[in-house]
Amino acid sequence: MKLIVAIIKPFRLDEVKQSLTELGINGMTLAEVQGFGRQHGHTEVYRGAEYQVDFVPKVRIELAVLDDQVHDVIAAIVDSARTGSIGDGKIWVQPMDSLLRIRTGERGPDAL
Amino acid sequence: MQAIDTTWVLVSAALVLFMTPGLALFYGGMVRSKNVLAVMMNNFVAMGVVSVLWALIACSLVFGHDAGHGLIGNFSLAGLGGMAHGLPGFGHSGASPLAIVTFQMMFAVITAALISGGTTDRIKFPAFVLFISLWLILVYVPLAHWVFSPGGWLAHRGVLDFAGGTVVEINSGFSTLAVVLVLGRRRGWPSEGMAPHSVPLSLLGVGILWFGWFGFNAGSSLAMNSVAVYAFINTALAAAAGLLGWLCFERVREDYATSLGAASGAVAGLVAITPCAGFVPPMASLLIGAVAGVLCAMAVRLKFRLRYDDSLDVLGVHGVGGLIGMVLLGLFATRTVNRAGANGLFSGGGFHLLSLECLAAVVTVVFSFTVTWLLAKAVDLTIGLRVSPEDESRGLDLTQHAESAYSIGGMGRIGS
Repeated sequence: MKLIVAIIKPFRLDEVKQSLTELGINGMTLAEVQGFGRQHGHTEVYRGAEYQVDFVPKVRIELAVLDDQVHDVIAAIVDSARTGSIGDGKIWVQPMDSLLRIRTGERGPDAL
Repeated sequence: MQAIDTTWVLVSAALVLFMTPGLALFYGGMVRSKNVLAVMMNNFVAMGVVSVLWALIACSLVFGHDAGHGLIGNFSLAGLGGMAHGLPGFGHSGASPLAIVTFQMMFAVITAALISGGTTDRIKFPAFVLFISLWLILVYVPLAHWVFSPGGWLAHRGVLDFAGGTVVEINSGFSTLAVVLVLGRRRGWPSEGMAPHSVPLSLLGVGILWFGWFGFNAGSSLAMNSVAVYAFINTALAAAAGLLGWLCFERVREDYATSLGAASGAVAGLVAITPCAGFVPPMASLLIGAVAGVLCAMAVRLKFRLRYDDSLDVLGVHGVGGLIGMVLLGLFATRTVNRAGANGLFSGGGFHLLSLECLAAVVTVVFSFTVTWLLAKAVDLTIGLRVSPEDESRGLDLTQHAESAYSIGGMGRIGS
């Protein structure tokens, strides 16, 4: 089992969710986050004073998948999140030692 | 006494009172979220303390019989008594004397509240209350007597100031400069970002100010007549032109027309038309508003160069806007609008009115700045004006009032 974490542009969220649902992924967790990478922040102006805002709003998606789903899931996220301009985000994959469904006590792939 | 005049003055008084919560929203939106209640509270407490002091004593010192040389009124109206004999010098007005001084009470309230735009984010609440109480008596009251009471020395010399370009606008602007010089800058200013936390609040606040200003200016005719109508339309036009003037300046200078700029420009136009409202024709109002919009947009940038922390630009908008209004009144005033007024330079009156208006403006600048500076210094040396560095960093909402404007998550339990 793997944990896939993707940081994406907020306005691509609906497309990403749609494509993952079509793959048969039946759960994910998301959070609104802020950060910066190569795409630096933006400038705001209030009464002539310029403010540099360093952190850009992003959405962070986490989902647990079986090892043989990883390739397809990453491809689906890239396809649906990519705009081609700077700031499209990143995807990384982490090993996941164990998984447990709290209600039933199921463990491992059964808990997905 | 005319019922219609009294009605108009009372309605206007309510409109002017409504400007102070409008100002509170305008200011509240421009500060950081940890100080929004504190600055709004400074405005609200002015509605409390200034109203009480006005009724007890300040009203009499402004509108009572002149105590000598046109410098200050006497105690003839203390506690709002002595109204049966009318207000000295107001025999021409059809409105009830009590209505007029009630209307004027709201002017004192908002002028004191305006200062909080400079002192925000770092002044102790008790120090602000003490400061505006003393400031009302020592600074506002003499100026208001000189200009608003027919027995005052500036009014007696023929100075025109329809609704308080000197008493309210220049006075609040230069008093704010004096007190912020004593108080010092906010910690971290100007290098640290202190962007407005909610521009929508500020926009709503300016909408309320704009609405209330019709009472402020058109009510200052103290009668339901053609001068009130001129003051009303002039107020509307100057606000509109001020909004456009500020936006044009921003668009040319910085490539963006900002919503806070639109709001600030409207206020600049309203400030500048305040002394002129019942003395100039509508087309002059357009010009006065536009000039104020552009010049005030330039003036608010000065503080970064000169390094005084007038946090929300009371000097840049009210001080400078008031000066613009007084000078332009000397050019555009005409007796065709108001027979009780005078002709300015462009109406064949020569330089007489212009020099009087400049005299009143300079007197106000010098008097407001000097007396306020001394008063601020005195309060600072006795109870201290400023919160501790730690309290400033935690925010004044929590440290001065034990409240938060916005809470996310749990609210804790009742009791200790």
